[in-house]
Amino acid sequence: MKQLAVVMYAIIAREGLRFVSQRGRFLAALVRPLIWLVVFAAGFRAALGLSITPPYETYITYEMYIVPGLCGMIQLFNGMQSSLSLVYDREMGSMRLLLTSPMPRWWLLFSKLLAGTVVSIIQVYVFLGIAALFGIDFTWLGYVAVLPALIVSGLLLGALGLFLSSTIKQLENFAGVMNFVIFPMFFLSTALYPLWKMAEASPLLRDICAYNPFTHAIELIRFALHEQLNLTALLWVLVTLIFFIAISLLGYDPARGAKGGRKYS
Amino acid sequence: MENTINGLVVSSLSHAYGQKKVLDEISFSVVQGQFCALLGPNGAGKSTLFSLATRLIVPHSGNIEIVGVDINVNPRNALAKIGVVFQQPTLDLDLTVLQNLRYFAALHGISGKIRNEAIERSLSKLGMLARKDEKVRLLNGGHKRRMEIARALIHNPKVMLLDEPTVGLDASSRASITEHVHKLASEDGITVLWATHLVDEIKSDDQLVILHEGKIIADDLCGKIIGKKTLAEKFASLTKECAI
Repeated sequence: MKQLAVVMYAIIAREGLRFVSQRGRFLAALVRPLIWLVVFAAGFRAALGLSITPPYETYITYEMYIVPGLCGMIQLFNGMQSSLSLVYDREMGSMRLLLTSPMPRWWLLFSKLLAGTVVSIIQVYVFLGIAALFGIDFTWLGYVAVLPALIVSGLLLGALGLFLSSTIKQLENFAGVMNFVIFPMFFLSTALYPLWKMAEASPLLRDICAYNPFTHAIELIRFALHEQLNLTALLWVLVTLIFFIAISLLGYDPARGAKGGRKYS
Repeated sequence: MENTINGLVVSSLSHAYGQKKVLDEISFSVVQGQFCALLGPNGAGKSTLFSLATRLIVPHSGNIEIVGVDINVNPRNALAKIGVVFQQPTLDLDLTVLQNLRYFAALHGISGKIRNEAIERSLSKLGMLARKDEKVRLLNGGHKRRMEIARALIHNPKVMLLDEPTVGLDASSRASITEHVHKLASEDGITVLWATHLVDEIKSDDQLVILHEGKIIADDLCGKIIGKKTLAEKFASLTKECAI
């Protein structure tokens, strides 16, 4: 048991050390949502009227609306970044070092997943701190309540990244992930506009948004920031999380190599 | 070879990527404390054998036993007995030597005082203790390799697998690393499987397994295989015979 804790701590510490040494990555992770918040939201607020829908009890500014979506965006990018680093690790060999550890493979991969989630949560809190400086703040309880929501949503988006890394064979293929995963997931969600607004434009788009797990991750964060629990969103996130973890474990199963699926050399 | 306990046993091992057969029913064994050189040209199947022996992939058929433990039946137990040095470096360049080794020790569940002692012992063995606080990026190629060998020794493995560990190094670094690893076998009783395509790294009393196009074409003490020829000549004639 102690050995498992030692491994998990080391994997998280390594991810943390790498993150600290890559200052550019941290800066990019912060600048991206801040541009959306300060530039995009400011321009967009005039065009979009928001009605009062849960968890909101009064009229809110558009900036207030998109903050949870931008928290999700940070975690989405972080999940994809971890996935990119996993593909890189596999090409460079350090993934082999991890996979030849005598510890259970599922535990190693779960630790890796948790490490990425911890890094994403640090980024989210720094972002929320800066947003508060711009006057978009929440109650202290809201900041505390959002932590468990960020853990499950971070794990979900990390697990998606882990699954993608098990299917992507080369680093070059990663550009496709940007076009086919990040953009559709982000724009077809409630990050930028509520579902009812989407329904006005197209019922089909609204349905796609409603099934998008990223939508539920954002709603979970949104409700938590307002000290509420969105049970439906939590269930959706948990079910998809388990699904993605299961298929990633399958992806990293060494027996797949026997079917000619992967060559680690 | 008075010692009859086997460190490594490969039996009837076959593997293919899709339709391409890479290893074809190979069998050999290495007794404990023996240095075994696995010689073969590029593409002979050496790296695939290493991937199978470290369970990165599982074989289509056949077994690999590490000190009596079948890697596919009890992978965790077998992996705990193996020290691996991969062909490609697997280091975090921006971390120090010590940080890299601590990470590896943790992957084997080793922590605290035992970890510190194990790291110090293996770095001293490879003459790398003075460099423990240096960033890996600043080390030269030879030192990086020595560090990887030191790392593979931390958990006291019974079997060391090294996949062309001297690739890209200058002659003196190559000689020194080859010497160090020979000593691990003769002095510490570690079973060594050393893949290479460079004949000058092999001594006459080393076991030599020659792999060619996925098959073993020679397996004995190097001195016995070559007779009065040089290893380079013998290797060329053996691989030529197979081609005909």
